Amino acid sequence: MTEQLPDAVRSTGGPTPEGNTPGAVDTGVGADSRTTSDMFGAAFGGDTSGFGRLVRQTPSGLSTPRPYGGWFDDAVDALTEAYPAYADVVTRVVVAHGELTLHVLPARTAEVLQVLRDDPNLRFELLSSLSGVDYPSQAERLHVAYHLTSMTYRRRLRVETAVSVESPHVASVLAVYPTADAHERETWDMFGVVFDGHPALTRILMPDDWEGHPQRKDYPLGGVPVEYKGAQIPPPDERRAYA
Amino acid sequence: MSTPVQDEPDVTDVYAAAARETTEGRVYTVTGGDWDTIDPDADEERIVINMGPQHPSTHGVLRLVLELEGETVTQARTVIGYLHTGIEKNLEYRNWTQGVTFVTRMDYLSPIFNEAGYCLGVEKLLGIEVPERATTIRVLCMELNRVASHLVWLATGGMELGALTAMTNGFRERELILDVLETITGLRMNHAFVRPGGVAQDLPPGAVEKIRELLEVLQQRLPTYDDLLTGNPIWQRRLQGVAHLDLQGCLALGVTGPILRSAGLAWDLRKVEPYCGYETYDFDVPTETTADAWGRYRVRMAEMWESLKIIEQALDRLQPGPVMVQDRKVGWPAQLALGSDGLGNSLDHVKKIMGTSMEALIHHFKLVTEGFRVPAGQVYSAIENPRGELGMHIVSDGGTRPYRVHVRDPGFVNLQAASAMCEGSLIADAIAAVASIDPVMGGVDR
Repeated sequence: MTEQLPDAVRSTGGPTPEGNTPGAVDTGVGADSRTTSDMFGAAFGGDTSGFGRLVRQTPSGLSTPRPYGGWFDDAVDALTEAYPAYADVVTRVVVAHGELTLHVLPARTAEVLQVLRDDPNLRFELLSSLSGVDYPSQAERLHVAYHLTSMTYRRRLRVETAVSVESPHVASVLAVYPTADAHERETWDMFGVVFDGHPALTRILMPDDWEGHPQRKDYPLGGVPVEYKGAQIPPPDERRAYA
Repeated sequence: MSTPVQDEPDVTDVYAAAARETTEGRVYTVTGGDWDTIDPDADEERIVINMGPQHPSTHGVLRLVLELEGETVTQARTVIGYLHTGIEKNLEYRNWTQGVTFVTRMDYLSPIFNEAGYCLGVEKLLGIEVPERATTIRVLCMELNRVASHLVWLATGGMELGALTAMTNGFRERELILDVLETITGLRMNHAFVRPGGVAQDLPPGAVEKIRELLEVLQQRLPTYDDLLTGNPIWQRRLQGVAHLDLQGCLALGVTGPILRSAGLAWDLRKVEPYCGYETYDFDVPTETTADAWGRYRVRMAEMWESLKIIEQALDRLQPGPVMVQDRKVGWPAQLALGSDGLGNSLDHVKKIMGTSMEALIHHFKLVTEGFRVPAGQVYSAIENPRGELGMHIVSDGGTRPYRVHVRDPGFVNLQAASAMCEGSLIADAIAAVASIDPVMGGVDR
């Protein structure tokens, strides 16, 4: 299904001018650096607005250097102290857009979340949200993001993990946060991430016998061309568009 | 007892229960009658029934699979997905501004909240601050919407429990609010009014007066619900002690909103994590300690009064000013005006871009066809909608379209509590339990 790759992936092969955007930070997204190709795919010239020649670099695989600022340092210190395996399990710490993200190994998510929930200096009592993101350009393309809320300290934290499509196994956090039940089923349904330890990982939004995982980037949006006043309007994912 | 056997095979009872054999045992399609006459050989009282997805008491297309022992629910499962429309996937194929049109259709009883939550997230990624007046209008619309949503909850919840006057009255008052929202946004529902950078347009002339009139009406009408229901012994006995879920259970199941507050925790994101300037408004967070359907009723009734207080304060502090960011790279360029054929671009604006300013024309064209770019990154923005924490996990790859948007709908999460609330109770109380959760399937299934 590689023909169906979205624009974001196709455009990454474009030429990259020398020099990164000044002060480029790792946004934690993990999306590769991309060059935009505007004017509906025109290779060069023509764009007079200045919009189209922006090149943003997002180097991935790096941690944000300390200090993180605010309570982020305290929280990471507390986790380091309470969780002996911190150095092995937490692969990256990223601070971007005023939010803290801990990247952890997929097999150890339940452990990390257990400490984050129970440690008196952390106390992330509530799992607000759990969902996936698909980055087809990466080897471990399926990301799972956990959004934790500490009601005691009124803080929010994101824990993220990544797996490949060939071995999409993540430890289930159902035992730590029972609310993860529906979320993990949804993430399985939409992305095909297998949560090891979930007692009944079945589809939740799509029909039980559905094939494929619709939120993956290589899954087509679908749709039919529509005729309007004699003109054929292609379905949304086939219309020409800016990258 | 045994059923009399039909002697004449040509006389068929059209109302007889149809039965078919499955791998799970014999399955009946029952349209009424007494269980004993349907299956006299049944050796146990255990029955599994499907309630929904088309059932007047299940709040839309929710399906409940109930395992009954007599009238007692021993197991309850919720089956969802009947209204899944792929909104999150669709967002990835539209630009950031068009996304508003999609998210507003998720939880269709609180569209303004979906829009506001989405826009706050996009604005966080953009690093922009919306003008004061736009924020105040957002607060105004959100609180009007909260009252409307709670009224629908009261109306449908009342109907499900047999209080039909609550339904007619609730929908009557809700329609008044929708009229006002229509004056402001142009539509009763699915407004697409809150946009990244501000709101679509300023309040029309006369809107403030109309809202003040509405407030007066609501202040007279809300006490009548208390008169009608709060002291009503039937209403009390249908709700009190029913669908109990304590604080620990709420936290474990991730339940937020009125259900959490009915268990005694004053957790309201407007207070604990203020956004849109809620910290500057004077209002209370009502709580109850009964942790049952009754407590949730009381919390929602009290919340409507608090919303009215906020609306009054928002009206008082409305100052003239822009309602969209002044950054021309983000702010939607079209100046809208009411023409003879409806709402459209103002003639002055068209004259300017066509006649005097080529730059303005280019800007208009680029912003409308291409949209603006949002810096790469991901944010989670959470607001308090009528049902609890509405979270938006928004990921951008630096392009003109969302890379991924995940919506943490409170209905989706809260619905998990249905099993905990129903099991062990009577089947009639299962209706009260689901009603007290107030799920909106548009948001649950997205």
